[in-house]
This record gives sequence, C-alpha cells and structure tokens, in this order.
Amino acid sequence: MAKLKDLAAIEDRLVAGHGMCIGCGIPLIFKVILRATEDPLIIANATGCLEVCTTIFPRTSWNVTWVHSAFENAASTISGIEVMYKALKKKGRIPKDKRFKFLGVGGDGGTYDIGLQALSGAVERGHDIVYVCYDNNVYANTGGQRSSATPIGASATTSPAGTQSPGKIQRRKDLTKVLVAHNIPYVAQASPHRWQDLYNKAKKAFEVEGPAFLNVLCLCPTEWKYDESLGIRLAHMAVDTCVWPLYEVENGKYKINYKPKEKKPVLEWIKTQGRFRHLFKEKNAWVLEEFQKQVDQDWEELNKLESL
Amino acid sequence: MKKVKADPKGVLTGSHYLDGDYAIAEGALAAGCQFFAGYPITPSTETAERFSERIPTIGGVFIQMEDELASIAALIGAAWGGKKAMTVTSGPGFSLMMENIGLACMLETPLVIANVQRGGPSTGLPTLTGQQDMMQVKWGSHGDYEIIALSPDSPQECFDLTIEAFNLSEMYRVPVFVMTDECVGHMHEKVVIPPAEEIELVERKWYTGPKSKYLPFKPDKDMIPFMVKAGDGYHFHITGLTHDERGYPVINAECQDVCVRHLNDKIRTKADEIIRFEEDKTDDADVVVISYGITSRVTTRAVRKAREAGLKVGTIRLITVWPFPEKRIKELAKKIKAFIVPEINYGQVVIEVERCAAGQAPAIPVSHCGGWVHDPDDIFKAIKEAAQ
Repeated sequence: MAKLKDLAAIEDRLVAGHGMCIGCGIPLIFKVILRATEDPLIIANATGCLEVCTTIFPRTSWNVTWVHSAFENAASTISGIEVMYKALKKKGRIPKDKRFKFLGVGGDGGTYDIGLQALSGAVERGHDIVYVCYDNNVYANTGGQRSSATPIGASATTSPAGTQSPGKIQRRKDLTKVLVAHNIPYVAQASPHRWQDLYNKAKKAFEVEGPAFLNVLCLCPTEWKYDESLGIRLAHMAVDTCVWPLYEVENGKYKINYKPKEKKPVLEWIKTQGRFRHLFKEKNAWVLEEFQKQVDQDWEELNKLESL
Repeated sequence: MKKVKADPKGVLTGSHYLDGDYAIAEGALAAGCQFFAGYPITPSTETAERFSERIPTIGGVFIQMEDELASIAALIGAAWGGKKAMTVTSGPGFSLMMENIGLACMLETPLVIANVQRGGPSTGLPTLTGQQDMMQVKWGSHGDYEIIALSPDSPQECFDLTIEAFNLSEMYRVPVFVMTDECVGHMHEKVVIPPAEEIELVERKWYTGPKSKYLPFKPDKDMIPFMVKAGDGYHFHITGLTHDERGYPVINAECQDVCVRHLNDKIRTKADEIIRFEEDKTDDADVVVISYGITSRVTTRAVRKAREAGLKVGTIRLITVWPFPEKRIKELAKKIKAFIVPEINYGQVVIEVERCAAGQAPAIPVSHCGGWVHDPDDIFKAIKEAAQ
C-alpha cells in the first residue's frame, strides 16, 4: 500500500503555476493519478478547465508529453498516439521492451456529452489506454452550463432555478455504467478525498492491458457555490451519502471499495452548496425526494451487482 | 406571403442595455421563436443562457444538447413540427453543424442559426473576435445550395436582424444565418424593443388543401413549397437524398438537376429582394470601402478622417452578406479607382468583391487575422494609397 510520504517524494508531473480556481479539485486528482505510473506518459487532453488553465502560453504546468486537439476527440487522439507507438516499435524506431502509458483526459462536458462517441469507439477498439474523466458536474470552463453529469435539482446557467423551474429536472447520466457495458478490463469510480483508493485505482488502470476508465468526482467551488474550505468535506459527504459510491469493476466483477457505516441523507451533501439552495423551498421538496430516491435505487442496485 | 403582428408575450418592449448575444435571444423571442436547442460555446453562450431563462416564461422549449450535431438536428425536427427554431454557436461548433446545415437546405427547412464568430481556425481564439466564417457559411456544407446570411453591427441590429432572419427563413424556406462576432456579441449598448404591434412577422406558408394531395417540395408560384406540421395527419416523406416534389428519393441525373437548381434558384432569382446594404457618398467616390459587422464601425472613423483629408471616399455596409450585392458592385466598379475591403480575416469577402468587380477596379484587402478590430489608421492608409 502506498504511503503518503513515499508518494510525496515522487516528482510532480503536473506542477504549480496553473491558473485553476482556489479550491479546484482537478490538481488534487491529477497529482495523485500521475504518480501511479513511473513510465513515460503521453496525455491527450480535451478542451476544458484542465486544458485551459495549465497551458496559457508561454507557461505550462505539464512535465509530460501533452496534446490538446479539440473538445470532442481526446479519446480518438490518445488512441491514435497509442497505435503510433506500436507502429514505431514495430519499425524498430523505439525499443520493443520500452514501456509507455497513454492517458486520455476530459471533464464531464468533454466526456459524458460531446466526447462520448469518441470514448466509446476508443475503448471498443481495445486500445491500451487509460481515460480519466474529472466530473465536476458542470461546464465550468464556459461559465457553468448544465451537463448530463449535473445532478437533478442543481441550478446551472442553462438550467436556472426560478419561477418556472427547480433547476435541472433530468436524472444524471451514469457514465461509469455506460463504460462497464463496454466490457473493458477495468472501470472504476473514485474521489479525491480518498487519495489512497484513487492511487490504487489509477495504478490498476495503468497496469491493466487494454482500455481502462476512471470516473473521478471533482470539486468545483466556483460552480457548486460553496466556501472553498469545505471542499474535501464535500467529497467525503458525496461518498457517505452514496451520491458518488466508490467502486470498481474488474473484468466484469463489481467491488464496492467503501461502504459508509451510516448512509447519510442526500440533504447532507447538498445543504452547503449554493447550486441546490432553491431545493429548500417547499414547492421544490419533490426534487429533493426524487434525488434521494434515485440515489437509494442506484446504491441498492450497486450492492446487488457486487453480490453477483 | 402572410404577414402578422408579433405575439406580445415574447416581446420585451422597452429600452434596454443589452449585449449582442442577449439581443439575439430577444430578437428571436420577439419573432415568435418557440424552440431553442444548443450547446455551450464561447463567445455565444450568453444567448443560450438568456433563452434558458426567458423561454420557459412564454411556453417555449429550451434544450441543451450533447453537441452541435444534435443541436442543429433538433432544430430541423422542431421546424417540421411547426415551430420557429434557432440555435447559436461559434467557430468549432459551426464546423460540427455543417452536415446538418446541408440537410436543412435539402429539406428546405426554415430555421435560424446565429454564429458569434471568434478567431480561428480550430479552437483559435475562443474569447476574441473574428469574421472568419464568412465563406464557410456560404460554402461549408457539401454540394450546391444557397443560404441567406446577415451581419449585424450592433446589439440593436442583433435584435432587428434576428427578427429579419426569421422572416427570411419563413419566406424562402431556407436556413438563415446571423453572422455576428465576439465584439458585437459582448458589446453592451442601448437596444430599443418596440411594441409587439410594430413588429411585422412573416407567417409560414401553411398548406391547407386535402391531406392526400400534399407535396412537401412542390414549388408554388413564388417557387416556395408549402409546409405542414408533422403530426397533423399529413402523410409525407422528407429525405436528404435527392428527391422529387413528393419527397421521395429519385437517384438519377434528371431529378438531381431539378432538385439542385430549385434549391439555388429560389434564392438566386430573388436576390434583389433579399439583399440589403447601406450606401453612403458613392456618387463622386474614387474609392469605396466595403465592410460589414463590427468592422463597418471601425471603418466609419477611417472614412471620416479620409474625407477630412479631402479624399473622395464612399462606403457600402453589407447587411446581407449572402446573397451578395453583385449588381451594385459591378456598377460601381466601372466608375471608381478601387474597392477597399477591411475584414477580420485573411481575405474572404474581398474575393467575392474581386469576382464581382471583374477586373474593372481592384479589390484591396485590409486583413486582420482576428483577436481584435482594425486600427482605423490601417484602413485610412489603404484608402489614401488607393485614391492617389
């Protein structure tokens, strides 16, 4: 098991000097994930907060080979790169036994929505890649529009709460399940507050042969509208309420990595986030009930799947 | 063509301080747009956000789609469902829409697309201005087709021309584009929204004949076929394949000839009625500056300076960019020394000016590759050089 002291001794591959918001979850996530492999790493990054904030020329925060192409095609780009390295090995231009790791990265906008087709194609083709989605539930880079990862009831700039609407009314897309349905070797869901679990999952994802997918809950004080100091506690609460269960699916076998001793009500997660503030009005009570019902259903189903 | 007054419920009558993006949304709502599908992209997102807040209050539909391919596809569906529909986007999103824009043209579907242009190519300058999609809007989808494109130079015109765009799209059953840019999109100015009874709208040409006789692509006397609402009991077929007036695919050269000529000629033969531009002091001009959108406002200063310097300079401000005012350019070309065409791209509309001038007068580009507007002195310098 990794020790924090040992991890801290590893050189950062995403270094300081980026322009992410105070309290942003993205660096927390990637500082852990990028420590999970010692091999040379090539990253294809979809348009989004991580891409924009780390590469405002002439500065860069990346200590690895890094590519940005467009919004919808990080998974296609990383597939192409993986195949190119294979071809170069075949031609003898790179030593056959030299190991590389290929990582596709996108936010929930670039992964759940516009990039889903590219991701589905890439994992179906079976490239030896890892794809990480940092899911902050919103299009944060363009100013807070709803995404298909936005939870029910959240107010976003294109699902604003008001007299006519209680915020987003649709259920969030369960992308982790969508990836499980591709029958790839490794799929997992993680959160930055359990860094060891995140590290272990990233390590497995890098080591497994074939495509692997990690969906990581990402804190966003700007769009979730909470006091930055609450960040890690909110990640904790997302897991303790089972809004964001930590689990992995290895070759089809489910394993829940953390079961809260006492499952907290969803209310405990949303009460400090401004984007859910309107749900405390009486007329919107049904949305909170619906949210709780969905979380309960998903948690029950997940437990069933684990017992199979 | 039936004209009706705007429905007051969508019209925010009064004097407002709005940016161009918001003004587009208000123009659309005033024009009776009841359906918006879109995908967030800078610098057009504010239009979508405005729609998401405003449209539920007047009983319309706002949908955020999963990408721009889906957005424009949803519009086609909404239009055939009987609604006025629009979307808004910018560079990369506009590129993704191209295939379905061709489909909308092929299906003769009235809809409105606003492009708040940013610097390109590719991701380019997401937050900074450009006028670099002016040729793409005309030629971006494959095959031969005609569209109509307008270019507002202020938030007020964003409002006015969005209404005009809906009217033209209904009149000619064609996608109409509001080609603004980041500067106008994010510029705040006074926008006066008139009372609903002063806003004249063109009503779609609804078919009223017997259900069994409806032909979705049979040109009427004015060349424009009638439409019906899907779901009203008409059995009809529409397809992106080359089709006859029944809408059935006919895959041969003869049908292709009729189909493609119709799609183009219904606009080309009506170009004189569609085209709008503002012309000033061209009577004795040696040099005519042709500009559009934000660049026409920068041009104003350069032209003022040139006149103060005693140079004989006139202007044409394009309000309709496509179809292009070919006839007027041809006439002017015979009697002037040169056209100056400043635009925030590396030379696009200038190529069309050159084509129309046909060697009678040179068309001199004043190119700016995007990111900011011209320095008026660059335009002044070009005028001065051409006038001498």
